[in-house]
Amino acid sequence: MKIKLLYFGRPRENLRLSNEAAELPAGITNVADLLAWLRTRGPEWAGELADNRVRCAVNQELGMLSTPLRDGDEVAFFSPISGG
Amino acid sequence: MSISIQRADFDVAAELAALRAGRTQVGALVSFTGLVRDFSENGNIENIYLEHYPGMSEQALEQIVADANRRWQLLGVRVIHRVGELHPNDQIVLVATASAHRADAFAACEFIMDYLKTSAPFWKREQTAQGAKWLDTKESDVERAKRWDTPGDKR
Repeated sequence: MKIKLLYFGRPRENLRLSNEAAELPAGITNVADLLAWLRTRGPEWAGELADNRVRCAVNQELGMLSTPLRDGDEVAFFSPISGG
Repeated sequence: MSISIQRADFDVAAELAALRAGRTQVGALVSFTGLVRDFSENGNIENIYLEHYPGMSEQALEQIVADANRRWQLLGVRVIHRVGELHPNDQIVLVATASAHRADAFAACEFIMDYLKTSAPFWKREQTAQGAKWLDTKESDVERAKRWDTPGDKR
């Protein structure tokens, strides 16, 4: 499964990455699985993408850990929303 | 309804004039302007940086405005959110509503602002003498937005 990953706010700045295309290993079916896989990239990733620090959107709709993923999805990870 | 996300500043008077221009049924115009403060819990603010999720931010604001249109009788809505680097006293956001009577215009303006704060993908980074800090969603903003879900509180 191939997806597009975007990063905004704190994780974008701290991970020095705003977007990437990712080929996911088999077995990743939802946002929680994807986060667990990304956290294996290293301690910086594990810290930035900790459940209590990160929020997500799937195909530009706010998502949850249980939100399912499909081939071609656009998944964004970001710090809590703070506009206005 | 009209939504803009832009780096440029805006002129509140000109926006309100445009919102009522040629609309003789409008009896009430309400606007909220959010500004950059010079203080925060992290110290004196030198500047803030605002980032958004292009595509989703426009869509989220359109959804919020559509929800407001379902709840109240509105004749026009204007939302402007600035992005990029801003300084104390700069304007950040404008929400303006037009309706026949003030109750709908007041309620819709507050509703749009409350949901913008908690569900539109914008992020603020504050720069103070202590360094830069990405802000978290304020619990008080979440509580304000939740009030609109309370059954019977349609106002």
